[in-house]
Parts: sequence; C-alpha cells; structure tokens
Amino acid sequence: MWALECNNAVKSFYEAENNGKHSLFSRPKKKEIFAVNRVSFQVDKGETFGILGQNGSGKSTLIRLISTLLLADEGEIKVFGHNVLDERLEVRRLINRVSVDAAFFKKLSAWENLLYAARLYGLNVEEAKQRSLEILERLGLGAEKFNSPLENLSRGQQQKVAVARALLTSPVLLLLDEPTTGLDPRSKRDVQDFIVEVQREHDATILLTSHDMYEVEKLCNRVAILHEGRLVAMDTPENLKSKYGETEDSSLEDVFFTLTGMDWKEVLEDVE
Amino acid sequence: MWSSLASLWHDTKASLAFVERNFNLVKRYFAWEVVFLFYAIVNTLTIGLIGVRLGPEEVLYLVVGALLWGFLSVLFNEVSQSVSWERWEGTIEYTFMAPVRRMSYLLGVSFFAVLYGVIKTSILLLAVAFFFEIDLSGANLWAALVILVISSFSLIGLGLIAAVLPLMSPERGPQATHIIQGFILLISGIYYEVTVLPSWLQVFSAFSPATYTLRAARQAILEGASVWQLMGDIQILILFGIILIPLGYWIFTQGEKYAMRTGKLKRNG
Ligand SMILES: Nc1ncnc2c1ncn2[C@@H]1O[C@H](COP(=O)(O)OP(=O)(O)OP(=O)(O)O)[C@@H](O)[C@H]1O
Ligand SMILES: [Mg+2]
Repeated sequence: MWALECNNAVKSFYEAENNGKHSLFSRPKKKEIFAVNRVSFQVDKGETFGILGQNGSGKSTLIRLISTLLLADEGEIKVFGHNVLDERLEVRRLINRVSVDAAFFKKLSAWENLLYAARLYGLNVEEAKQRSLEILERLGLGAEKFNSPLENLSRGQQQKVAVARALLTSPVLLLLDEPTTGLDPRSKRDVQDFIVEVQREHDATILLTSHDMYEVEKLCNRVAILHEGRLVAMDTPENLKSKYGETEDSSLEDVFFTLTGMDWKEVLEDVE
Repeated sequence: MWSSLASLWHDTKASLAFVERNFNLVKRYFAWEVVFLFYAIVNTLTIGLIGVRLGPEEVLYLVVGALLWGFLSVLFNEVSQSVSWERWEGTIEYTFMAPVRRMSYLLGVSFFAVLYGVIKTSILLLAVAFFFEIDLSGANLWAALVILVISSFSLIGLGLIAAVLPLMSPERGPQATHIIQGFILLISGIYYEVTVLPSWLQVFSAFSPATYTLRAARQAILEGASVWQLMGDIQILILFGIILIPLGYWIFTQGEKYAMRTGKLKRNG
C-alpha cells in the first residue's frame, strides 16, 4: 500500500474577469484556472517527496487536496488507502500540515495554540507540553517565548511553532508547504535537520514543497516538478539532473529552468 | 459498543477544546471584553431609562427586552460569526483539518456561546438591579429561566444557518449575518408588542423564535405566569429547536462542502 496515492487529480478554480466588475443585470464573467491538472504520483511509506514549481504552479492546491481542505473535481487521492473524499476523518487522523503562513490565534501564546492542537488531536496535555518544549528547543526556540502571544514572535519563530504543532500529533504523513521560507540560514538548517530526524526516527512520510533547490536535493528521495498545474517530471534528483541537465554538472536549478520553460538568458533578455 | 462510547468521549473532549480556546481568547482580548461589556451595560440602562417616565412596569418591560435580546444575540453572534472569526485569525484551515467531527466543533462553539451569554447577561442583570429599583416579588423567575434555556436551542439553530453565509462568501457573508440579526430584532417584539408592526411584517414575527421567547418571558416576569400557563409558547419553542438545529447542522455541512469545492475556505500560500 502506498503512503500517498494521487491518480489524475484535477482542481480548477473560477476567477472573475475584469476584477469582478459587471453590470447589474449580467452574471460576472468567469475564467477557469486549472490549478492542478491531471496529476498522478505515488509516494512510498518513509519517503520524502519534494514538489518544485513556480509561484502559482499548484503546489499548495495539491497539498490542500491531500489534506482534505479542498475537494478534487476529478481523480482520486488516497492516504494509506483511505480516500480523502469519503474517509475524511481517518485521513485527518494520519496527517498534519505546515502551511507557508503560520496559521495561529495571534493573541494566544505558543503554548495556548499548541494546547488547542493537543486537545483537537486527543493528546495527553502534560505529555504534549513536555514534547512541545523539547521540539521547540530542538528547533532553537527558547522556552522564554513559550508563553508570549504569538503576534510578538518573529515570522521565523512562528514558523518554528508551526512545525512543532504539526509534529506534536505524530502524523504518519507530514505535509510541509514551504516550511523554511522566510527562515534565516541557521534556522533553516535547524528545521531541515529536524525533518530528516523525524523522517528517520518515526518513519514518517513527508511531502515537501519548496523554492529552495538545495533543500529539496538534500532532503528528498524523489522530486516532482509542477508547471502550470501539470506534473512535468518526477524522479530522484540525480536522475533529473542527468536526464534534463544540459551539461555534466548541471544543477537542479538548471533542470528546473529547463522544465518550466525559462532560463536565465531569456529572463535577462526580457529585462533588457 | 465500547468503541462508540470511546469515540463519543473523544468527541466530547474535542468539543471542550473549542470552549477552552475561546475562553483563552477572551482572556487575551480582555480589554475589548471590558469595553464591550461597558457598552452593553450603558445600552441596557439607557433603554430602561426610556421607560421611567411611563412607570416601573414599563421599565421592567424594556429591561427584560434588553437583557433577553442581549442573551439571544450573543448566542446568534457567537455561532454565526465563528467561521468569520477563525478566517480572520487565519486558523480556519487548521481547525477544519483536525480529526474532529463537525458536530463536535459546532457543539463546542454553541456551548461556549451559552456559557458566555449566561456570564454576560448575569453581569448586566446585576447592573440593572443596582441601577433601578425593581420589584420582582410577583415574577416567576424559574419559568423565565425555563423559557431562556429552551429558546437557546432555536437561536443556536438560527446561528448555525447564518454561519453558513461567511463560509460561502468571505466578504459578504459576515455582513449578511448582521442583517439577519437586525431583522430578528425588528420583528420579534423585543421592545414593543409585535402588534404595533405593520401587518405585513407581523407575518414574519410568527416565524421568529425570539417572538415567543420574549412573549413568554415577559408573562413570567411581569405577570408571574407559571411554566404550565406558558406551555403553548414552550411547545412552539421546542418545535423550533427540533427543526432548526438539525436543519442548521445540515446547511452548515453543505456549506462546508461548497467551500471545499470552490476554495472559499481560505486561500493564500
Ligand atoms: N482558493 C482559491 N480560489 C481561487 N483560485 C485559487 C485558489 N487557490 C489557488 N488558486 C489559484 O490556483 C493557482 C495555483 O495556486 P497555488 O497556491 O496552488 O500555487 P503555488 O504553487 O502554491 O504557488 P506559490 O509558490 O506562490 O505558493 C493560482 O493561479 C491561484 O491563483
Ligand atoms: Mg504555495
């Protein structure tokens, strides 16, 4: 059984044209945007699977489909054999997600937010507190921040609390949507090392999106590249490089630009 | 059998998570709570003062209206704005992704609303008692309490129905819930008899549970009516609850599905 299975997933949104302006008597014109377009892949248990793609390529949408926050228009998504459509509660017990924006009650402290999470997932409160402190310390966030309102924490610090919150519930499938965006190099390293550790020690399966090629190369067994909602390549970082790299020592970044139809020469020419 | 009991227990505990969370929020937004409470007290007192010229009975009539409306609108607001509140905080996706039945979520939110409403109304009641010399010797307070408890269900049901609006439209939904609230205030005879309304509006009054709440509570407090004498209104209120709560729950879950299909829950990242 796959940890995660995605078969032909399609999700489109309708966006109003002309900024939604329309005359009183007509319906607003809508344009269909295919955010995720016939995407299929399978992730093995214990694997760290990376998703790369430009802004708006559909990474977050895909993660939302998997985390039961969006309903797919077509296709089938299964988490450890449970369909995200009609076994939502089972799927929800197995997953947790870190989103780009640290989604917290801003006035509540880190602990109050984590306590809320612990209650929702039916954890023992004392144990949760102990574990939260451990994780946060491991991520380099001191205990003195534990009780101050989250709005007083920097973005990076909030992101660490978000990582702690997701790991607190011991998910077997961890969905990380740009977990290190906005972190300083040191913190980035802390979070990355921790992801590796969690994957190893808890045998968790991880789905990771990132704009950091180095991070993806370091952490992921396999990488998929999304372009305008379509999956254009999927393989190990090494194979991607040898398959799509133009020279011997092409980097993952080169591959990314090749596959997403842009390279620096074009970009620079456009600027000039 | 045991597993379903265990899951019931788990669900109940999850409901309490929302109550605890909301009380933590009240603590953290305490300054605002004080400000709103101050405003509510002043509002209740000024409404009572309007009646002074007309006699003590009239003061009581108005004060009962103000207090009950305060309570009912807390219920309605807390439930109907729960989604917009979480959307504003940015936690809606986290909450809706948790392995908790929607029923537990809504129960928790409703239970908090009742607790919060009781606390707030009790404080208002103290302020009113301190300010006006009110003679309650002829009032049947127990009967009034029974009415209050029973009508809570139907207002929560209305709140659930209204809560779907912010779910479906992040911008216009919260606005629409305020309009609904205003409409209930207009038609339910909070500060006057519904018979003073134009007859086309009175038609709507019959469909607002608050109309029966106010009528029955006033009979209990002003005329000392017993629960038995109020049975007619009580039955109507029970009927409202039986219809509105399941209906509200159903509408809410449909609204959630709609939001999940169209991406209205939240979008960024
Ligand atoms: N809830 C929504 N409603 C309408 N359109 C949406 C919604 N969510 C995403 N989209 C659209 O779908 C497309 C994909 O968006 P998505 O957020 O998945 O991209 P992304 O790959 O995560 O981008 P980024 O790297 O900037 O985070 C975009 O065109 C976006 O405008
Ligand atoms: Mg994104």
